Amino acid sequence: MELLNVLAQQEPGELAEGLTAVGRGIVYGAAAIGPGIGIGIVVGNAITAMARQPEAAGMVRTTMFLGIAFTEALALFGFVLSFIVAG
Amino acid sequence: MSGLALEFPPVSHVTEWPTIFGDGLFAVNKVVLLMWLSVLIVFGLFYAASRRSRLVPTGVQNLAESIVDFVRDGVVLQTMGPEGMSFLPLLVMMFTFIFLTNIWEVIPVAQMPVNGRIALPAFMGVLVWVLYNFIGIRSQGFFGYFKSVLFPPGVPKALYILVTPIEFVSTIIVRPFSLAVRLFANMLAGHLLLVSFITITTAVFTLGPSLVIWPVSFGLLVALTGFEVLVAVLQAFIFTILTAVYIAGAMHPEH
Repeated sequence: MELLNVLAQQEPGELAEGLTAVGRGIVYGAAAIGPGIGIGIVVGNAITAMARQPEAAGMVRTTMFLGIAFTEALALFGFVLSFIVAG
Repeated sequence: MSGLALEFPPVSHVTEWPTIFGDGLFAVNKVVLLMWLSVLIVFGLFYAASRRSRLVPTGVQNLAESIVDFVRDGVVLQTMGPEGMSFLPLLVMMFTFIFLTNIWEVIPVAQMPVNGRIALPAFMGVLVWVLYNFIGIRSQGFFGYFKSVLFPPGVPKALYILVTPIEFVSTIIVRPFSLAVRLFANMLAGHLLLVSFITITTAVFTLGPSLVIWPVSFGLLVALTGFEVLVAVLQAFIFTILTAVYIAGAMHPEH
């Protein structure tokens, strides 16, 4: 760590601060991967269903929002956690 | 970066408001005032609409009836069916109140979503948790309710070792937590997004030569404001419909 400080020509505190910022970025970025794919699958299948049966569009839309809400929650946990981590 | 006066305010700076009056636990700041205002608006809207109700609705009665219609057709009938009609007043109140507390995010002068602080979402999450557990116990009996929650039928006996803890955590612990965090994090994220774009827009505006790209950042800010209105409606809708789904799940055992 000390060698890193010397290489980067900065104070020890600055490195910790920078690493915290990197950690926050990684926490949120990693938490967003799964829900990103998941929401894509949910909405894609909902569009397929609506295109096949337009008369059921209302019901499909409600269920789609439910599915999005459940999937999205994981990304939001990551968002909140990114503030908590090394707060 | 030297020419650009781009400095993002820390999160605490845009979410914590100074106390206006009161102290300690009962300190009142802008967020609390906005919450009280929302309560008054919801009460005033439905009181004014029902005080002189006519067969052919006009004005404020029109608005109130379209909200009730929306919640009845979009939430109650979709999830609970006709027997859930007794929960319609609760869900209408919930939808209107959450929408109003969210929409302060884009209203000038206020510009702070009440749900951008965890207090109100957490309270409503606990409220929903108490409500659906109470309804489950009332309609299925204490042991019947927990039996249908913890031991869902149609699962091979040996798998209950795995299924029961998962069901317990997901139904009893995670549900109120995810309800609260979903609303809170969505509104906080939207608030921070708007703050960031306002910072960028002012920074670019004060910088002479970059004035060419100012309309781009300003246009994005306007578009995001519209997007946040959509998010405010959507989150109110999702909170309401999840409440309805949880109540519907507690009313009848799974089969």
